[in-house]
Parts: sequence; C-alpha cells; structure tokens
Amino acid sequence: MAKLTGADMRSGLARARGFGSAKDGVAHWWAQRLTALALIPLALWFVGSIIGLVGASHSAALAWIGSPATAVLLIVLIAATFHHAQLGVQVVIEDYVHQEGLKFAAIMIVKGAAILLAVTAALAVLKIAVKG
Amino acid sequence: MPSEPPAAHPSPAARPLSPHIQIYKPQLTSVLSILHRITGVALALGTVLLVWWLAAAAAGPRDYRAMQEFMGSDFGLLLLLGWSAALFFHLTNGIRHLFWDAGLGFELNAVYQSGWSVVAVTLVLTLGAWLLGLSYLGGG
Repeated sequence: MAKLTGADMRSGLARARGFGSAKDGVAHWWAQRLTALALIPLALWFVGSIIGLVGASHSAALAWIGSPATAVLLIVLIAATFHHAQLGVQVVIEDYVHQEGLKFAAIMIVKGAAILLAVTAALAVLKIAVKG
Repeated sequence: MPSEPPAAHPSPAARPLSPHIQIYKPQLTSVLSILHRITGVALALGTVLLVWWLAAAAAGPRDYRAMQEFMGSDFGLLLLLGWSAALFFHLTNGIRHLFWDAGLGFELNAVYQSGWSVVAVTLVLTLGAWLLGLSYLGGG
C-alpha cells in the first residue's frame, strides 16, 4: 500500500484514480504506421497477382496460393491487413462514439471480428499450402 | 428560434460554428482527409471478400466457382470496382500521410500538389488494373 503523503507530485484526483503512465503512449500509432509501411508492397503484390488470376481455374488459384513463397506472403499480408484495419477502425469509433459502453462494445466487436477473419483466412492458406 | 443560454455560460450569439459542414466550401484537403477514413472503413469491410476468396479456394472447386460467379455478376463487379478504387486511394493517400508523419510536405502548395497527385495516381492505377483484368478475362 503506497503512502499517500510524502514526495508525490500528483494531484489528489490523480492519486485517487491511481493511474500512472502505461508507457505505451505511441504503441498504437506506431503499429499503425509500421503495418501501413508493410502493406505498401504487400498490397501492390497481391493486387497485381490476383489480376493475373482473373477468370483462372480453381486449380490455377490453388497452385498460386499454395506455393511456399506465396503462402508465406499471404499470411503476412493477412496479419498486417487485419492488424492495420482494426487499429484504424478503433480510432474511427473512438472519434465518433462517445457513449462509453457502446464505444467499448463496438471496439471489442471489431477486434474480435478481425481475429476471426484473420485466422479463417490464414487457415485457408495453410490448408491449401499443406494439402494442395 | 433563439434559445436562452444558461447564465453561467454566456455564449456569443449568432456566431457561425466551425466547420459548419452544410455551408462550408469543400476543399481538396478536407475531402481527401474524410475519404481516407471512408475508404479505410470500406476496405476493412472489404476484407470479407479476401477471406471469402481464400476460404472458397480451400473448400473446393464448387465453392470457388460460386464465388467467381458472384464476383463476375454486376453487383460483384461493382463491389470489386469500389474495392479496387478504395484500395488504390487509401494506399496512395496513405503514402502521403507517411510523408507527413516524417515531417515532410506541409507547405500549402506541397499539400495541394500531393493531393492532386493522389487523385491522379488513384485514377491511373484503378483504370490500369481494370484494363489489365478485363484483358485477362477476354483472353481466357
């Protein structure tokens, strides 16, 4: 139990709330920039590749998705995409939804959906890569 | 309808509130800014297409064909057109944002130059992607 007197420079309200800096002030911002940077080449590569698959057969799609280099890049693309997307949508929600409970619920739903979709997509790639 | 302000908060009457969106002249800067958000949210929703494509490919030829048929329908093509344009815009405008994050390009003329460049590159990339895609469709 911390003593409430002495050389504590915080205000009475700050002491009562008990929160200090979590030391991760820029983590969210930084993660959004890093994933953005990664997605520049990944998105261009992906779009360029799927244009080549327009109208292609199922087996041609499997051959592309399942090749080792493609599968690795696709899973990295999926991770970066959904991490970036949920970070971004979280900020949009925080900017426009001001009711605490609703805001919390909306952000949790977005993060949960991002995880579900990302894992579904990654599993599909792995299945194709392993089973062909 | 003059409403009575509370005595404790005397608010200056009849002052326009900024940005007063209904009468505010749209500027390239503000339009591209809100478009970045809108395309970002749209792309987040559009990830469902990516997941569907991969899941259908993993599920088998019948599911894959069903997905291809949907994408080839008028509604599917419209979704893809919107998705591709949103992606190219968010990508190029995102690069613009990364330059700003590095502290570059804040001069007023630079902001407008990069803004119009984003519009031009988005149009060129979207058009190019569709010409290329349609040529594959025509050839195959």
